[in-house]
Order: sequence, then C-alpha cells, then structure tokens
Amino acid sequence: MSDSASNPMREAIQSAISENPVILFMKGTPEAPACGFSARTVAILESLDQPFAAVNILPDPAIRQELSALSGWPTIPQLFVDGELVGGCDIVTEMFESGELQQVLGIEGETPAAVAPAAEPAPLSIENLL
Amino acid sequence: MAVSPDELKQRIEAGIPGTSADVTGDGAHFEAIVAGPAFTGLSRIAQHKLVYDVFGAELGDRIHALSIKITPMEAR
Repeated sequence: MSDSASNPMREAIQSAISENPVILFMKGTPEAPACGFSARTVAILESLDQPFAAVNILPDPAIRQELSALSGWPTIPQLFVDGELVGGCDIVTEMFESGELQQVLGIEGETPAAVAPAAEPAPLSIENLL
Repeated sequence: MAVSPDELKQRIEAGIPGTSADVTGDGAHFEAIVAGPAFTGLSRIAQHKLVYDVFGAELGDRIHALSIKITPMEAR
C-alpha cells in the first residue's frame, strides 16, 4: 500500500469515489464515450435518469493504473455506488436487467423523477481534484 | 501475438478447476460464458475477478476486452 501523501493520483481517485454517491470511471465522456462498454454503461444510467459523476480515464494512463490498483478491478468502465465497486459493463448490464441495479441505486419501484437529487453533480475530471 | 478464443477457453478451464468455458471472439474482443462450482456463493464482483485473475495484466493489453457471463453450478 503506497503512502497517500506520495501518491496524489490515488488519493484524488479515492476522494472522488468517497465524495460522489454514483461515479463512473470510463473511456471518454458521457457525451462522447470512446468505448462501446463505457457507452452502454452510460446509456443504462441515463435510462434510469440516474445522475452520476464521470471521470474520463483516457487523458492520463496513471488514472487507470491507480484506479485498478485501488479497486482490484482490471477493466474499464467501473461503476461505484456509495463508495463500493458495483462492477463493469457486464455486471451493470446484468444487474440492470434483473432490477438489482435499480435497488442498489435506491430507485426501485419509484419514478425516477421522484427520487432524483435536487442538484445533478457536474461531470468532473481528475484534474479538478488535484 | 494474436489471441484465440480457444486459448482463452483452455486457460480459464485450467486456471479455475471444475470450470467449463465457452469463448467466442474476434482476436481483440471476447465473450466468455463460464460455468462451474467455483463461483457458487461468491458475489458478482468476486466471480468476475476469479476469471480476470487468470489473465492478469494481459487484460486491456493483449486481450483488449473480455466480456464475462457466469453460471454458478453445483459441484459434481
């Protein structure tokens, strides 16, 4: 385990995960996903009207390296809810189809509009956190 | 070096005892349908990690993308 003081990138990623109830690390942006798996995961969250923070891992290879070291998950995208890794595209898709994702997000059986938080978190980039 | 679906199948089956894998793919993107008793009782995250761990750093590199579907099974 690295000392966080000597590893600002890992610390920034950890803070982003802690501070955003729903955060997706992806290739590209929600508006312009750069990979089909990231695109599908964004589409699922958007179909649920689920606000989420997004981090594009492409600008700096260190983001992906530190994220995977932190989560123990090798691939992108990675969805975190309430600080916990939910999974990548396969798991998110399976959980969406079974309704478990809606449960994890706390929107089961309610209309999305009724549970949407007042303010949608702005998409953030890792640079904002450093 | 190109990766074949058959190589992935054999490595999953060798790496996780009792598992049977059905792998399709085009040399970069693969889909594996994996069944076995090793997955029973594990969370989805842990099930997928079991398969990812067979390939380690090759994932995202030599193996560009691996999509996984898991079927836990009773031990035979």
